[in-house]
Amino acid sequence: MASGSIPDPRMTPIHSLGALVIGAVAAMGNFAMFGYDTLRWTLVGRPPKSVVLPAMYQIGVRSITVVMVTGFFIGMVLAVQTYDQLHIMGLESRLGSVINATLLKELGPVLAATMLAGRVGSAMAAELGTMRVTEQIEALRALGAHPVQYLVVPRFMACVLLIPLLTAVADSLGIFGGWLFGTQVLGVNSFFYWRYSFEFITSFEVITGLMKSFFFGAAIALIACQRGFNCGSGAEGVGRAATESFVFCFVVILILDFFLGMFFNRLYYVLWPVQISLS
Amino acid sequence: MNYTIPHEPPIIELERVYRSFGTQDVLRDLTITVERGETLVLIGESGCGKSVTMKLMMALMGPSSGEVHWNGTNIKQLSENELQRQRLKYGYLFQGAALFDSMNVFDNVAFGVRQNTQLPENDIRTIVHQCLRDVGLPETVCPKKPAELSGGMKKRVGLARALALAPEVMFYDEPTTGLDPVMTDVINQLIIRTRDRNRVTSVVVTHEMSTVRKVADRVVMLYPLVRLGATEPQIIFTGTPEELYECDDPRVYQFVRGEAEERLQEMASA
Repeated sequence: MASGSIPDPRMTPIHSLGALVIGAVAAMGNFAMFGYDTLRWTLVGRPPKSVVLPAMYQIGVRSITVVMVTGFFIGMVLAVQTYDQLHIMGLESRLGSVINATLLKELGPVLAATMLAGRVGSAMAAELGTMRVTEQIEALRALGAHPVQYLVVPRFMACVLLIPLLTAVADSLGIFGGWLFGTQVLGVNSFFYWRYSFEFITSFEVITGLMKSFFFGAAIALIACQRGFNCGSGAEGVGRAATESFVFCFVVILILDFFLGMFFNRLYYVLWPVQISLS
Repeated sequence: MNYTIPHEPPIIELERVYRSFGTQDVLRDLTITVERGETLVLIGESGCGKSVTMKLMMALMGPSSGEVHWNGTNIKQLSENELQRQRLKYGYLFQGAALFDSMNVFDNVAFGVRQNTQLPENDIRTIVHQCLRDVGLPETVCPKKPAELSGGMKKRVGLARALALAPEVMFYDEPTTGLDPVMTDVINQLIIRTRDRNRVTSVVVTHEMSTVRKVADRVVMLYPLVRLGATEPQIIFTGTPEELYECDDPRVYQFVRGEAEERLQEMASA
């Protein structure tokens, strides 16, 4: 009797469901172990500058242009979309506060992270996937280097440190784009544009927006590297790893945004409780 | 020339090893020893688990069950750092050479030395140039990227990279696959020269019978589990190259002589 992988005819839908659940739990466990390994190596065995700096250049410097363009147009699109509504109510002078609050709290971090998940995350997944398929990851281990320390930690550090900076760049360009279009094309008064912006936006919004991008950066690095490390064989496997990386990053960014938004809102009310007077 | 030294524990031993990938069993109840100084050649059809066996020997992957011993020590007893340090005594020439695409030849060969020693750059340069000379490559190849090299050159750079750490054991994963007959012979000669010059124990995975004839002290032939009965052993031959050619097991006989009639009949009836 041969002992290969022969489909078991006794497999029922319950068996299939069980296998699916076990597979999902195993995948989550695999991801958790990967995250733990990454954090451990980040703390105890940081890689040399010669590895970290090229990763920072790839992830940070080479993403600046795309992030600037994205941020600039987001600001202008927000101006276009919100101006008419505000104009009907006679509140067009509040355009700056709407654009800047939206950008700093939500759209800036989320869209910058989404853009970087596509540009940086997919590239990392494809690069590491190719290294896995061509046995370069095993070669690293054979030559006394720990692949997580050597390949993942530099990318993780670069994403965690630089994606908040890139988000700040996207926010700044978005603010500029919104102001430019709002004041120069739509004719909103520049003085009131900034006055209401400063009135409604506190440093808390700015900081929480950037803190979100810190978590988004960590998620992008971990998901992309884990997909690359576990990619299937051949060109198809590498392609699938890159696609899965973007899809998972995008979904996780939105889920994280929701929970972080709730957390920071609660934190705001804890730090600055609203005094409600019934008298 | 055989350098086998008796009365020492095997330098590597796989003991009753099993290995599966998902539902696919690849290795079953496999016991293989590698004696110090010998050149062991693993042969067998594609997919029979030769490369997996070699990666288990070097602890690049773990067995599903069973034990791996290095110099008589079960590697499960070694810490991660100890395992990493011990592994440096083993060099590995990967099937596709596995050169790092982002680095040039010099940095590829220097990688292991930089990673594991504090040697000054001048000494590293000397080691790299010596290793490249040992595999017959000139220093002018140093600035080239792997994509600019031919298949044979890639294999030789991969060998130079493995030799840079002066390993006690060299693993060669299909070192001559995809090379022309002349380059195949060059690689075979390099395996022999490496063994003789550095007294290196060698484990070679190959399909090439010319490599078997030239380099092997002992040959182990594996058979794919999908073609075996549940109780049949996976190792279907162990012996010298001469014994391999005299073996009357039809599975061994057909593989050694490259006869496909029986397999074609099986395929036609499937």
